[in-house]
Amino acid sequence: MEDLWCVALGVFQLWLFVVVFFITLPAMFGLSLGVTGLYIQILVKILEWATLRIQRGRQEQPSVPVPLPNGIIERAGGSMAEEMGRPGCGRFAPSDALYFCKKGLESIADDQVTQRFSSEELASWNLLTRTNQNFCYISLRLTVIWVLGVLVRYCVLFPLRITLAAIGLSWLVIGTTVVGLLPESRENKPQKGGICVANHTTPIDVVILANDGCYAMVGQIHGGLMGVLQRSMVRSCPHVWFERSEMKDRHAVTSRLRAHVAAETKLPILIFPEGTCINNTSVMMFKKGSFEIGGTIYPVAIKYDPRFGDAFWNSGKYHMVSYLLRTMTSWAIVVNVWYLPPMTLQDGEDAAQFANRVKSAIARRGGLLDLAWDGGLKRGKVKDSFKEQQQKMYSSFILGQNGINNQ
Amino acid sequence: MGSRASTLLREEEIEEIKKETGFSHSQITRLYSRFTSLDKGENGTLSREDFQRIPELAINPLGDRIINAFFPEGEDQVNFRGFMRTLAHFRPIEDNEKNKDHTASEPLNSRTNKLLFAFRLYDLDRDDKISRDELLQVLRMMVGVNISDEQLGSIADRTIQEADTNGDNCISFNEFIKVLEKVDVEQKMSIRFLH
Repeated sequence: MEDLWCVALGVFQLWLFVVVFFITLPAMFGLSLGVTGLYIQILVKILEWATLRIQRGRQEQPSVPVPLPNGIIERAGGSMAEEMGRPGCGRFAPSDALYFCKKGLESIADDQVTQRFSSEELASWNLLTRTNQNFCYISLRLTVIWVLGVLVRYCVLFPLRITLAAIGLSWLVIGTTVVGLLPESRENKPQKGGICVANHTTPIDVVILANDGCYAMVGQIHGGLMGVLQRSMVRSCPHVWFERSEMKDRHAVTSRLRAHVAAETKLPILIFPEGTCINNTSVMMFKKGSFEIGGTIYPVAIKYDPRFGDAFWNSGKYHMVSYLLRTMTSWAIVVNVWYLPPMTLQDGEDAAQFANRVKSAIARRGGLLDLAWDGGLKRGKVKDSFKEQQQKMYSSFILGQNGINNQ
Repeated sequence: MGSRASTLLREEEIEEIKKETGFSHSQITRLYSRFTSLDKGENGTLSREDFQRIPELAINPLGDRIINAFFPEGEDQVNFRGFMRTLAHFRPIEDNEKNKDHTASEPLNSRTNKLLFAFRLYDLDRDDKISRDELLQVLRMMVGVNISDEQLGSIADRTIQEADTNGDNCISFNEFIKVLEKVDVEQKMSIRFLH
């Protein structure tokens, strides 16, 4: 029994030694041992093989589901007038209802908005159980690789990441208390007094940007593990945490942000104007609040590579801890970050137009779809004014150019 | 995301739906994925609120009428079979050419059945005729507050006048078919489902 304890202790000490000296210390000083790059290359080769194997299997067994990245239906684009198929000329025809009917059924079969709030569907399987759709029964070799993958992810990668996370977290809580006493000296990509905006997919966005520069953050208060992190971060830098549903809070936030930007020596603020996590296939409406403050905007586009693991945090479905567990047992998180040239409000442009301009730039750079829908639809209903818009359009269609129908 | 969805739909069910609606195997599994993603309560049925959650449907002026078409008389929940049956009305007609079965009853997506679907959009109380009142109500849904009551009334009157052939001041289904005989119903009421 004692021998077993000694062995276990010895293994544990070796483990800590490896982790600390080969991973933590080099990371703290910005060095890299090149292991990550090699790992990703091997992974890509395996995933490509798996894709080919699945494609072959699909030809043999027609019951394997075919993912349709472009959607279930093919929509014909066109304005209301074109699709009605008749000139308006101030008349109503009973066939007009067919237009609304078809549009309605199309949106029931497939719509652009609700799919953004759940994880992206992959064109092929990336050997993770959670994205599995009966793929693992296609061939024996695929199943074997999948089982190996499970073992590697849960027995090697996961403990490794847990250890790192534990070290990192305790370091954070202790360290932030110390850092609060030190003077600020690092070079930032976005400059002091500026506002950095980015598209939002997961809280990890923050970690990634923070690797590269220091920011003051603005965000929703959370409970649990996130709350602990947020409160400890406040000790070292001034951040602005608020409650999304509180109207008063929002005004207070805007005035605090204005004060922060005006004091030019403070850190640049990091804001996610979508207001919520989106699944990284599109960029949704940017709330104009951040763009009214003044100051220079530094847009950043963040795109996660979905082959290696799904980074999207579905906050309605998973709590922070289960999200972290899923992330830590994926293959890897591979992310592309693009820093775009700074933008400012131009003459004759209001905050909403400016916000749209920045959003399009980010969407274009990141290869994401640019949507005008509000990310708030994740939690709330759509505003009635949009329906009224549709009704107005139809009314002017049947009334014709003259306005009054006199037949 | 739908990782367990296809395992919950049994092969026999897929076959039955295939026979009844004419959708292909892969289309059925895709639409089942869609059905489960809309089913927030995860109880195998959709309620009216589940449909209302689709923003593009919520802003559609006839959104409520379309949602109503999914629910049989007096019921508040629709299961996957009912969902597929209603969607089947919108399959393109030419798809039937591939598997023409002359002994089968009329397919759900025939021209007549598409027209019946449209008729039921107007026929609010399901009494098989469109009264002036019902027409007015549906018109009001489509135009909102932008047209006055008198103007809307005259539009409704004119429409009924042109369609009504038997003088009962209502539009029956046959009269409705006559009014729409020149309209390309196949194109206006078909959705291209990808295979």
